[in-house]
Amino acid sequence: MSQPAWQVCCPIPISGDAERISLAHGEGGRLMRRLIEDRILPRFGRNSDADSPGDAALLPPVDGPLAFTTDSFVVSPLFFPGGDIGRLAVFGTVNDLVVAGADPLWLSLSLIIEEGLPIAVLERVLDSVAAAATEAGVSIVAGDTKVVPRGTADGLFVNTSGIGRVIVPAPAGPGVLKPGDELIISGPVGRHGIAILAAREQLGLAPPPATDCACLKEPVQFLRDAGLFNGASAAVLAMRDATRGGLTAVLHEWAAACGHTLTIDGATIPVTPDVRGAAELLGLDPLHIANEGTMLIAASAGQGEEVAETLRSSSLTKGATVIGQVRTKTLAPVTVTRSLGREQPLDEPSGAMLPRIC
Amino acid sequence: MKYLDEFRDPVLARRLVGKIRGTVTRPRVIMEVCGGQTHSLLRHGIEAELQGVVELIHGPGCPVCVTPADAIDLAQELASRPNVILASFGDMLRVPGTSRSLLDVRGGGGHVKVVYSPLDAVELAKNSPNQQVVFFAVGFETTAPTTALAVLQAAQQGLENFSLLVSHVRVLPAMEALMQAPNCRVEGFLAAGHVCTVTGFTEYEDFVQRHRTPVVVTGFEPVDLLDGILDCVSQLESGQAEVSNRYSRCVQTVGNEAAQDVVDRVYEIVDTPWRGMGVINSGGYRLRSEFEQFDATRRFATSSGTCSSCDISNDCRSGEVLSGLIKPTECEAFGTRCTPDSPLGAPMVSSEGACAAYYKYQPAVGMS
Repeated sequence: MSQPAWQVCCPIPISGDAERISLAHGEGGRLMRRLIEDRILPRFGRNSDADSPGDAALLPPVDGPLAFTTDSFVVSPLFFPGGDIGRLAVFGTVNDLVVAGADPLWLSLSLIIEEGLPIAVLERVLDSVAAAATEAGVSIVAGDTKVVPRGTADGLFVNTSGIGRVIVPAPAGPGVLKPGDELIISGPVGRHGIAILAAREQLGLAPPPATDCACLKEPVQFLRDAGLFNGASAAVLAMRDATRGGLTAVLHEWAAACGHTLTIDGATIPVTPDVRGAAELLGLDPLHIANEGTMLIAASAGQGEEVAETLRSSSLTKGATVIGQVRTKTLAPVTVTRSLGREQPLDEPSGAMLPRIC
Repeated sequence: MKYLDEFRDPVLARRLVGKIRGTVTRPRVIMEVCGGQTHSLLRHGIEAELQGVVELIHGPGCPVCVTPADAIDLAQELASRPNVILASFGDMLRVPGTSRSLLDVRGGGGHVKVVYSPLDAVELAKNSPNQQVVFFAVGFETTAPTTALAVLQAAQQGLENFSLLVSHVRVLPAMEALMQAPNCRVEGFLAAGHVCTVTGFTEYEDFVQRHRTPVVVTGFEPVDLLDGILDCVSQLESGQAEVSNRYSRCVQTVGNEAAQDVVDRVYEIVDTPWRGMGVINSGGYRLRSEFEQFDATRRFATSSGTCSSCDISNDCRSGEVLSGLIKPTECEAFGTRCTPDSPLGAPMVSSEGACAAYYKYQPAVGMS
């Protein structure tokens, strides 16, 4: 059906603070085109006239193997102390590439927007995505926008997929861990989970705890520059950012991969006072709480301190600490030594974090 | 961190272990009443450290564990109704009722919201005028003052869409019931420190004299627990039986009188079914008649039954666990048919349940 000639203007102009995303913004018509061309592409250095987006990004050839990963971000609230969903979506995928031993190159960005989201909120998130991408040295080369009816999403969901070039040699991975190898955490644990919980539930903690959300590219580069990835004496055997399930979840995955026991010393685990206080109050264990810029590293026997020392030269990982080691399988896949010096199993987190009654 | 680190000091803890060993002339049997204490004892390896010297029997002080299954079923039924939001403490969500948990109900479309304080549920009611908000009021004397305060706030604000599903329980009557059981082996009690911050401990004097059994008000950190145990075994060795307060940084003799007043204004004491333990005389609270408009069972013309000992699956021995008659590991289902991911009984999922503590912290149990 041809449109009446008088309907030449956008019926819902997308400007001004009070404007909101409507279903029409996702219907493939003029509104959607204007949203993408006016609001999204310019933020990522793309000019819609000269550089019209096709159906796929055409990327230049890369020398050597590639790493590819994807992650979806559904965090609520969208903005929280120390970060937001945009920053999280970039660094989350970049960190997955980095800890796999790759140099991140390109990201895709998919937005699933709930009808009614203020456009100013979307723009704030997009600005944050752009800034984080610049910080991480990656280009956003592909994307998608969908709008879903009110009530079927929680404001905004973001997916990023990332491609990176594997820098040889990459860490061998947790399967090679053997008794004597050492475990290093790159900083205090539990900050992201506590920051989100405090913001979401309005716990009124003052000052509000901040997320650890950060790009791990620099600290890993420092390890590489120090020669800790190379040759027969390669110190770094495995790296993993300890996101959902916290440090405990990574320890269990690695224990399953290598078939040995991973043991940590509870007294050495760095925990900031605000996270510790909030966790004590809520009956939660910081070892089970999510991080977004903190990684676990396994190093060859005797080289843990060198790895930690190198990490501490980056301001992002200045709290790096040797926290434990790999041992011949004992009573449980993962154990922790607590105050009386007894070694005890450290269980995997089970389901959602539910605060205790008293 | 002040008030934490010094009570987790490994050197001090070791010294106390040595003193306890040096004090007892024969193995002693002590019950820690509160599930929070049970978890701390297991988490820090204190139970294992004292093996052969002090046997720790784990008490019934896990509020969600003793909440009757039919109260949980009722909460689930209410949460499934249109226009009802069931607000609850998070710890209640995984606990199985007769056949499922509140988490299952939420997954099936029920309206279950976790709140951190009963006053948040009042706020929720205020902001949801077209919904009925029911708060699942469970817990010991520790949570009762806050739920009572929620009722007073709702009354003051004239809220007609707020009510309580009350399943509050009281600690001392349960200790009384345990002592009267013919097979009771408990020689002394570590009283629950948190409860005593509210109730004080004068009401234990009569209990101690009648049963000639020491009661030591005890905290939750390793040094607190070891100090409480040392006090208890010292009394037993010298033939004394007194109420002793080893948690004086939090607990005063008379407790928190303002909190007691609020509870007394809103609730009256009533015989109450405890899951797995049967009806306990004066074992709980119900709303006073002047606040009956806030009683969810009245508002929704439904009732919570009275059966409690029959509400546990045949395979589950949580009644015996809660009464301290068996250790969780003595239950045939433990760790096999009953795990935190697929529990038969509440003590396996609660953060204060004894079965959960053994599953989490006992060597060789968490082994895969």
